[in-house]
Amino acid sequence: MMLDTLHTLEVVRRRGFASRWGTGAVLVVVVGWLAYTVVTSPNLDWVVIGRYFFSTPVMEGVGTTLVLTFATLGIGLVLGAVLAMMRQARNPVAVAAASAYIWFFRGVPLVVQIVFWFNLALLFPTLGFAPTNAVITPFLAAMLGLGLHEAAYLAEVIRGGFLAVPRGQVDAALTIGMTPAQATRAIVLPQSVRVILPALGNQFILILKGTSLVSVIGGGDLMTRAQQIYGQNYQVIALLLVATGWYLVLVSLAGVGQRFLERWAAS
Amino acid sequence: MSGGLRLRGLRKSFGGLEVLRGVDLDVAPGEVVCVIGPSGSGKSTLLRCANHLEPLDAGFVQVDDVLVGYELRDGRLHESSERDIARARLRMGMVFQQFNLFSHLTVLRNVTLGPVRVLRRDPVEVEREARDLLARVGLTEHADKLPGQLSGGQQQRVAIARAMAMKPSVLLFDEPTSALDPELVGEVLAVMRGLAAQGMTMVVVTHEIGFAAEVADTVVFMADGVVVETGPADRVLRSPDSPRTAAFLAHVRRHPDKETDHA
Ligand SMILES: Nc1ncnc2c1ncn2[C@@H]1O[C@H](COP(=O)(O)OP(=O)(O)OP(=O)(O)O)[C@@H](O)[C@H]1O
Ligand SMILES: [Mg+2]
Repeated sequence: MMLDTLHTLEVVRRRGFASRWGTGAVLVVVVGWLAYTVVTSPNLDWVVIGRYFFSTPVMEGVGTTLVLTFATLGIGLVLGAVLAMMRQARNPVAVAAASAYIWFFRGVPLVVQIVFWFNLALLFPTLGFAPTNAVITPFLAAMLGLGLHEAAYLAEVIRGGFLAVPRGQVDAALTIGMTPAQATRAIVLPQSVRVILPALGNQFILILKGTSLVSVIGGGDLMTRAQQIYGQNYQVIALLLVATGWYLVLVSLAGVGQRFLERWAAS
Repeated sequence: MSGGLRLRGLRKSFGGLEVLRGVDLDVAPGEVVCVIGPSGSGKSTLLRCANHLEPLDAGFVQVDDVLVGYELRDGRLHESSERDIARARLRMGMVFQQFNLFSHLTVLRNVTLGPVRVLRRDPVEVEREARDLLARVGLTEHADKLPGQLSGGQQQRVAIARAMAMKPSVLLFDEPTSALDPELVGEVLAVMRGLAAQGMTMVVVTHEIGFAAEVADTVVFMADGVVVETGPADRVLRSPDSPRTAAFLAHVRRHPDKETDHA
């Protein structure tokens, strides 16, 4: 064939459609069959799901889950930022203390930590003047367990953000008379936010779902409420689906919020 | 001598490596000192120790007769608090090889940040002064850009304006033109020449022998962590006492735009 006629020939694309349609069809059949069996199952009462989805105890559970999530994020961010700064400090005691904290709270499973705080009274029967059990409510135990654990993770996330800011800019801030703390606030933190945000969104979703663990101590969150209800009416699957629906709604909203925040930070 | 910058017996080690081995240096008010020497001789470390970005192992630094980083109490030197170190640093400005502009702030905000946040001065007045400074370094139209939108030469001129905005007694330059494309070196040197002409006290670490010959009052040659030779610029550059200085100068003049790894 002549090279100078090549440009006149028709281009045939590689065939991806056949296999794509094939796998698609298989997927539709499998998922459709699964959905059909679940939806039409005599063991699943849609009326029950509808009745409980917006019921008062479930809504209260959703509220508690949200409060726990934001409280955990708040504790985690503040404590995590402190830990991240300690890890970068010149003082070796600060570095060692922060490293030990992260090692411990990242190493111990979250459930163990939550149950530990809940049972703090067994270790210290009184805190100051009050009996421990009067101070450490299930809600507070849940918040402590989640927050202290989260701080260890966020410390590493935030430290990664700090490391993304060139060290020379901190030197420059020091030479215009800033203290290291001022340099961190004015130069390092604002620039790390952009790096941290995507990881933070991910972490937020993990926290949101992680709050369900506090049901083991009756923390009053969405999962706790679902368990309490099906403990009485035995509609286990229906109430788990109520919880599932709410978690998916909340996670989806979080995703939307994250996209807004990232767009804001980029500008 | 009163005022100016005084370094006495500076010693500094990193791990087992002694980078400064007893350095003395006096800079009188209004004097321009150029520090030359082979790579690794401790020039950057000397500047970083001068404003306490690196703590010293021994010796002391005085600027305007004030101790930097230490306080004299009961016959000993105690390291100052971060706040006092920061306050003493205000007397020295520094310009870095890599510019180190705050990349999230506009050019104008890079210049006003120190006076507003550290000196707590009136933002309106500070902004007016900052725009004057930017005009003096030829960057009037770039005030609202981010550093990333500027050339290296422009960034370095912003860095000089940022340092000047703090009204320091001494300006320290660490190879301010070494990271620049050759055609951008001139514009930065021109700004520095202007500062020298206005009587700014300057310590300039540089490989630009031509600049040193033209602008410096004093040239200091460093090697292996000590000052090998110091004296009036034209004397040291034309007929150095030390054979090491002579060898270094010969090497730099043969390879004017190469990093110099040995003397
Ligand atoms: N923070 C540090 N930690 C460990 N070693 C260092 C540190 N800073 C500098 N050094 C070492 O100290 C020596 C002197 O370094 P310095 O940067 O002061 O030399 P210099 O004269 O400025 O060289 P150049 O002309 O290449 O800039 C080098 O061997 C360098 O590796
Ligand atoms: Mg250097």
